[in-house]
Amino acid sequence: MRRLLTSLLVGFAALLGALLPACKAEPARLRLATTTSTRDSGLLDALLPVFEAEARARIDVIAVGTGKALKLGEAGDVDVVMVHARAAEDAFLAAGHGVRREDLMWNTFELLGPPADPAQVKDLEIGPALRKIAEAKALFVSRGDDSGTHKKELALWKEAGGLAPWERYLETGQGMGRSLVVAGEKEAYVLSDRATFLAFRDKVELVPLVTGGASLRNPYGVMTVNPAKHPDIDAKLADAFVDFLIAERAQVIIRDFQREGERLFFPARLPAGD
Amino acid sequence: MELLWEGLSEATRVLVSLDPLVLGATWRSLWVSSLAVLLATGLGLPLGTLLARRRFAGRSLLVLASRVGMATPTVFLGVLGYALFSRRGPLGVADLLYTPWAIVFGELLLALPITISISHGAVAALDPRIPFTAQTLGAGTLRRWLTYLSEARIGVMLAVLTAFARCVTELGIAMMVGGNIRGHTRTLATAIALETGKGEFGRGLAMGLILLLVALGVTLAIATLGRQSREPA
Repeated sequence: MRRLLTSLLVGFAALLGALLPACKAEPARLRLATTTSTRDSGLLDALLPVFEAEARARIDVIAVGTGKALKLGEAGDVDVVMVHARAAEDAFLAAGHGVRREDLMWNTFELLGPPADPAQVKDLEIGPALRKIAEAKALFVSRGDDSGTHKKELALWKEAGGLAPWERYLETGQGMGRSLVVAGEKEAYVLSDRATFLAFRDKVELVPLVTGGASLRNPYGVMTVNPAKHPDIDAKLADAFVDFLIAERAQVIIRDFQREGERLFFPARLPAGD
Repeated sequence: MELLWEGLSEATRVLVSLDPLVLGATWRSLWVSSLAVLLATGLGLPLGTLLARRRFAGRSLLVLASRVGMATPTVFLGVLGYALFSRRGPLGVADLLYTPWAIVFGELLLALPITISISHGAVAALDPRIPFTAQTLGAGTLRRWLTYLSEARIGVMLAVLTAFARCVTELGIAMMVGGNIRGHTRTLATAIALETGKGEFGRGLAMGLILLLVALGVTLAIATLGRQSREPA
């Protein structure tokens, strides 16, 4: 027994010793809070290594909902915030939590639903479509997690004449991917960003019913956190990173980034039609 | 530090104002895990006793399996439950996915190895004179097994406590097969995950404290009951 314990301890100590060098001083670190959609789509994997090699820095990505990403910025836990909720972003700047905001790119939202489309909303405008779903008291899955997409859904309900949650309006409180799985299993309607839907297209039985239109656009912004409030913010590196994101090189990467043969994001800084 | 205060004051506020969402999640956490543990106890104690008292082929393998099973990750059980209950899964027709019953099922799988292996250990460690005495007094199988379990009641109580503690605090199963649907399958654990995911750390901390109180309260209650059932020394 004692021998077992000793060997366990020795093994544990050896493991610690092996891990310690990995925690030693690294190149400059930048902490980026962003939404799950940019990470899960793979866009960051295409963008970040380019900057990391150039600036000899390491970027730690914390992918959360927009609400939490902004909270992390507020607390000074991150240097840069990349989100998609314009009103919340403006409030963030107004409160002095951030010092600089740049338009980065946009993608689109879609209203998905079961192929049978029980509420008959196919190809309607988003407002009338939501009204019909509410009137039919059809199953509707909402993320209910204060994310950018959830905020967008609530804004769309507001434009459509208000939301009075009914029995079959389900709030999952989970991320986009998991909410899509719930909607697919339940044969419910759901509002999703296009990127996540493409990634899940083969895994869930949902089809796009309402697409396009200006109100379903989803603009992303990138902001640097206010260094005056948090002394340990690497303002120079954060600025350099934002400069990199809105320069032509990164914008072209965003434009050419594809999943399943489809473009997911549209750069905000390149001439239209590019 | 201020976050901790925020959590404490929020916890007090939630408790005093009897926030219906939090109360609902608390009640759901309680009944779902209690039911799962009840089922796991009803199945696990006889099985544990069987493994301790009967010799048969593959017995030691089953003992090993139940011990190893105590380390089953809850997220794995969550995925397994999802694969079973999904509309594309073998039990899809039952339409149990995203209901509290699916959580009960998953937590039963979590609790079962615990009740089996701990009760097996307790019964196997009994003084060999006990089964001998029971036999010479001519007790039937059922009577004998009940005697073993009551003689080994400290171990049995430990099994129930451990199982309950794991079930009431687990997140993976409740999140994956329950789906964290508001007012329907949201438990305290998934509510905490949601609140921290939204960046509402104070509220998350508050619910964490409530979950801690629930877990401590119930285990204390079971432990006290266990003490009282002992005959006066």
